Amino acid sequence: MLPVERLERLKGWGGAVDATAYVYRPSTVEQLREAISTARETGHTITFRGAGRSYGDASLGRENIVIDFTRMNRILAWDPKSGIITCEPGVTIKQLWEYTIEDGWWPPVVPGTMFPTLGGVLAMNIHGKNNFNAGTIGEHVCAFEFLAASGAEFHVGRETDADLFHSIVGSFGMLGCFTSITLKLKKVYSGDLDVKVFVAKNLHKLFEIFYRELPHSDYLVGWIDGFARGSGLGRAVIHRANYLGPGVDPTPAKTLRVPHQNLPETIAGIVPKSMVWLFLRPFTNRLGMAVVNTAKYWSAVIGPRKQFRQAHAAFAFLLDYVPDWKKSYGSGGLVQYQSFIPQEHAEETFRQQLELCQKEDLVPLLAVFKRHRQDSFLMTHAVDGFSLALDFKVTEENRSKLWALTERLNALVLSAGGRFYMAKDATLTREAFRSFIGEKALHTFLELKRRFDPQGLFETELSRRLL
Amino acid sequence: MPRFERALVIGASSGIGRALAELLLKQGASVAMVSRRRAPMEELARDTSRAFVYEADVRNFDGNGEVALLFQRITHDLGGLDLIIYAAGILPAIDEHEYNFEKDRATLETNLLGAVAWLNEAATRFEQVHGGTIVGISSVAGERGRRGSPAYGASKAGFSSYLESLRNRLSRYGVRVVTIKPGFIDTEMTRGKPGLFWLISAQDAATYILRAAERGTGTAYIPARWRLVTGLLKMIPSFIFRHLPV
Repeated sequence: MLPVERLERLKGWGGAVDATAYVYRPSTVEQLREAISTARETGHTITFRGAGRSYGDASLGRENIVIDFTRMNRILAWDPKSGIITCEPGVTIKQLWEYTIEDGWWPPVVPGTMFPTLGGVLAMNIHGKNNFNAGTIGEHVCAFEFLAASGAEFHVGRETDADLFHSIVGSFGMLGCFTSITLKLKKVYSGDLDVKVFVAKNLHKLFEIFYRELPHSDYLVGWIDGFARGSGLGRAVIHRANYLGPGVDPTPAKTLRVPHQNLPETIAGIVPKSMVWLFLRPFTNRLGMAVVNTAKYWSAVIGPRKQFRQAHAAFAFLLDYVPDWKKSYGSGGLVQYQSFIPQEHAEETFRQQLELCQKEDLVPLLAVFKRHRQDSFLMTHAVDGFSLALDFKVTEENRSKLWALTERLNALVLSAGGRFYMAKDATLTREAFRSFIGEKALHTFLELKRRFDPQGLFETELSRRLL
Repeated sequence: MPRFERALVIGASSGIGRALAELLLKQGASVAMVSRRRAPMEELARDTSRAFVYEADVRNFDGNGEVALLFQRITHDLGGLDLIIYAAGILPAIDEHEYNFEKDRATLETNLLGAVAWLNEAATRFEQVHGGTIVGISSVAGERGRRGSPAYGASKAGFSSYLESLRNRLSRYGVRVVTIKPGFIDTEMTRGKPGLFWLISAQDAATYILRAAERGTGTAYIPARWRLVTGLLKMIPSFIFRHLPV
């Protein structure tokens, strides 16, 4: 029997799905093994959870054991000459950059928030706004230690065990867990980036600007006004950011310090960050967000700030500007629907997606557009193309309609040869999953599952839904 | 999506408990049913994958954490728990001059101690996860000490008091505790008993009870008119009450 004191109600980061589970927080590999043994002895399954930043149900395991890695958060080795660092899986992106930036190194790939753990980002093989350049985080990992269900630990190197490496990275915690991760960081010569803002008056222009700017960009991201219709459908504000070369920043010693990277404590100099979600709450509805999106677009059109320098953290971690911003969506939370479409079909597919959302009166309150490149990971979400991430508010009234909408969006994605991303997913069906992953990859994956976890000890709500 | 997605009904083989399990299943909930009698529960579970059947006697609360173990198994099978209803209860026939300890013990063990054993498990869990609804089927019979059924009245008075204590403990954690005080319900337990009036069906009672559970009402009389009746009964002085045929 599991101790009731360990019972906790956990949520996916979007807040639209939750589950109670018995949570174990090991601080050593030995304690991790003990938790796995406990699960086996009591007939429970195990779900691995980092910081719980996956939007959907990827780190939830209903009424079973959840192993939370946040206490395994030690930096084990750091070489400021080579930029190679070895960390426990519970080290967060925040810990990582704060530790290395003063030596002139920055994580080569970061998500829109700095709070995920390295174990989590590697299990999901996350990407950033520089995916077209840098690929996914897995492409910067040199090696990792990996614990299988038997309790045996393996060393897996990118070069030495290429097949295994590319199968385990991105396997969303189904094959085992990382116990340490070694990765190479990106050398930077300034704590700032050169940022340039562009405005696209519709979806076609957005694609044009992306194609034009991609060769000159280190990072490129578009925010789309999901409410704009007709000839303005897909209008967007685009941010391009580039690293500064050696000698460009006159004060690198200053900009490469942590305080320079810290996000502002207040918004507009008045409102404490921690309270901002309260002010946002009246706007997280159809009318409010239409106003916000319009204001954001036009302020970019007429605003004076078209080119500026911005700290890495300020550019990268937009989601952290407003702590708990998801609370503004109310108790139903949100789901983010992100699909990845090959470039030849991307514009048409995204046009159809936006039109369908408007037709169904389920307009995404936030929409983000990015460029991607292919990679060689077994369970990859990446394509040589583009992605569109759509944030939907979930309410008791719209829930079933929203899930039905995602099925129709799935059909568009699949017919365009597109893919999905486990870190975001909350709605995908088993059929859609099989269809995009493909029978061959799925077969290989299930073979590995039988090898590393023959009893099916590692499960999540996501895997129960999809596998 | 049903208001309660995962429910546990103890005493689900007959009467109000069975009607509640049936109604919850109809509303789309996953329902775990506990009772000594398996067959009636299996009948309810026949056409659905959302019903779970557990054969257990609520009077078996002495063993080595048997209730705790079964409770954890049930929450695991259900995938969580939003609602627990303790509907197990007995009302043995006793005549006016009978003082039968075995019958009284069975009554207290089924109606009160079994409830404490099961609902303590639920209370611990709900306090821990900050949410959940507990419903106890008590009775208007617990309002006054009647001549006809001393142990039954005592068990229901004790149960109501226990539920009120749980409510006072758990409300700060977002847990709702609902005391149900049914009047006369047409069930196996009451059938053939003299002096019954305002009888309603178990199905109607179940509808009222789930409504009260959804609202999180502290104490609900089923049907509501019993609140007035018991209010009046409570005002009758003891020296008069002892002469009344109740």
